[in-house]
Amino acid sequence: MSRRSIALATAAGCAAILAGVAYAPQVLRAQQAQPPLPIHQVPQAKDGGVVVMLCDGKTSMEVKGLKTGESMSHAQAVEVTRELMAQWQREHPNEKWEIAQTEQAPAPMSYAASAAGAKAASKGMQQGDTYASFTERDYKIWKNETDNFVAEGKDLFHDGAALGGTIGVSCDMCHPDASNTHPETYPKYQVQLQKVALLRDMIDWCIENPVKGKALDPNDPKLRALEAYILAQRKGVPLDYGKH
Amino acid sequence: MAARHKSVETKYMEERDAVLRGLRGLDRRTFLKVLAASAGAVMAKSLMPPHTFQLVEVANAAPDKSAATAGMAGQPPFTFAYVSDTHLYPRTLNQRFVRAAVKAVEDVNALDPQPDFVLFGGDLAQLGRREELDLGKQILAELKAPVKMMVGEHDWFYDLGDTWQEMFGPPNYSFDWKGVHVVVLMSVHEKDFWTARKMTPAERMHTVAGLDNGIQSRFEVGDDERKWLSDDLAKVPHTTPLLVFSHSPLYKYYRNWNFWTDDAEQVQAILKPYNHVTVIHGHTHQMLYNQIGNISFYGMLSTAWPWPYAPTGLPTLTVQMNRADPFDQFDGLGDGRINVRPDGLADKIYSLWDRNPVTVKADYLVSHGKTARPPAPQFASY
Repeated sequence: MSRRSIALATAAGCAAILAGVAYAPQVLRAQQAQPPLPIHQVPQAKDGGVVVMLCDGKTSMEVKGLKTGESMSHAQAVEVTRELMAQWQREHPNEKWEIAQTEQAPAPMSYAASAAGAKAASKGMQQGDTYASFTERDYKIWKNETDNFVAEGKDLFHDGAALGGTIGVSCDMCHPDASNTHPETYPKYQVQLQKVALLRDMIDWCIENPVKGKALDPNDPKLRALEAYILAQRKGVPLDYGKH
Repeated sequence: MAARHKSVETKYMEERDAVLRGLRGLDRRTFLKVLAASAGAVMAKSLMPPHTFQLVEVANAAPDKSAATAGMAGQPPFTFAYVSDTHLYPRTLNQRFVRAAVKAVEDVNALDPQPDFVLFGGDLAQLGRREELDLGKQILAELKAPVKMMVGEHDWFYDLGDTWQEMFGPPNYSFDWKGVHVVVLMSVHEKDFWTARKMTPAERMHTVAGLDNGIQSRFEVGDDERKWLSDDLAKVPHTTPLLVFSHSPLYKYYRNWNFWTDDAEQVQAILKPYNHVTVIHGHTHQMLYNQIGNISFYGMLSTAWPWPYAPTGLPTLTVQMNRADPFDQFDGLGDGRINVRPDGLADKIYSLWDRNPVTVKADYLVSHGKTARPPAPQFASY
């Protein structure tokens, strides 16, 4: 990632805080007793512009001529982030700050010369195809992304209100650890629904009836996250569609 | 979703709302006419309460031979009933659990003859609030038989038992009943997990209320109460049958869901010298029974929601109940009775709503499953 993109991402994060759009999964993270996310107090604008703050919660500057709700031009945003980072570096002369842009990107390496390639060669394994070329780091990133998705689902599974529930009932009350959700048995004819049901149909049914919320659209990120959590709890269980 | 997808409860609430909307437009005379008509309709459909409770023969009214082998004169048999795990929210938030608790009270009140007393098995409230406990107290006040209260973790961890004790007295106590010594325990103490995490009372309660929330500690009777139990039993002869009520099972079933008491072995050791001990517990919301040495264990049904059997640790003696129908609010739930026999053993009747009742005889447990096996389920756990 280049320095510029780091700085831009930083500015975007700060802008989100400025606008008060902070994503806070409500009860669930609190349930696990994690400390609340810090909320940065941005100083008042003095010249009628918009104050932008770095994610350290201290370094800030005012963008003159910019009004609340307006977007900066790309060039202006680059200038603002450059100025913020310069200010931060002046205040932290002894901090180690690596400028990614000046780092040498690893030179493209032939698969045979890579660590994975050497390992495969030494073990007499097939070599050279796309998937075999991914590194441990790649796998870690993918796992992290997947686990985060599952964790979102876990939060929703334990928070009836987040699903629009109106009577204090959440999924985990009847299904601790997503037990008795048996995702491996779908599709199957669900006699009470009078049709062949998928897991999502049953999730929606539960949201609508026991939880007393509104059924989610099949593409709703909440429904996808719930499916992810439920499936993740049944790892290793053989698929057995149609089972009653 | 189409209308046919709705649960029985959803349809009931919609019909009720429609009726209430309609009633707003009526004058008093018309209202009374409607009232009379609906009463007639209810009678015609045979919907008079109680329509879910089915009486079962009362077990072994006469003293039997085993009383002699137990070295007892044979005390008179008696029956008590239970209602457990109502998990009430404030009435304004959730009427489902209120209807269920009322239904259980109506069931027990319909028993003829009436039970000697009614054990309330704990978890009267869902989140330990005064409003919830007050509501529960009002509902249980309708019971005709005397009520013996037991506390559950949902009643306790908002204010560490202040309100519950103010309303119902000490959480552990004992009494003698027709030759049986009865002990009520508070078995859901937890080691402090909240102070270091700077939790508010509401967060602490919410953590404990999550069955699969691993942050909380494991249930325990604790040093002080085990000492109290030993002292309480010091004067009770070993031939006296013991009935012990605990909210959590006094054995180790499944740790992750606190289907578990951490010092269970130590409590069992205190009970070991007695010829006949029956432990009746709540918390697990399912048909569940076990035998460890001289101790027979029976789990109680909930009125609020059923729990699936845990993935591991189910006692081999337990014959699973059929899975609950999610489309039926009351399925897998209910109340029940315990018939204490002259020999001091206890038979348990699971009065399941919307299903046939199931009797688990003490003979099944004390014979370690050799006789009187309860009926097998058609649909056991996935």
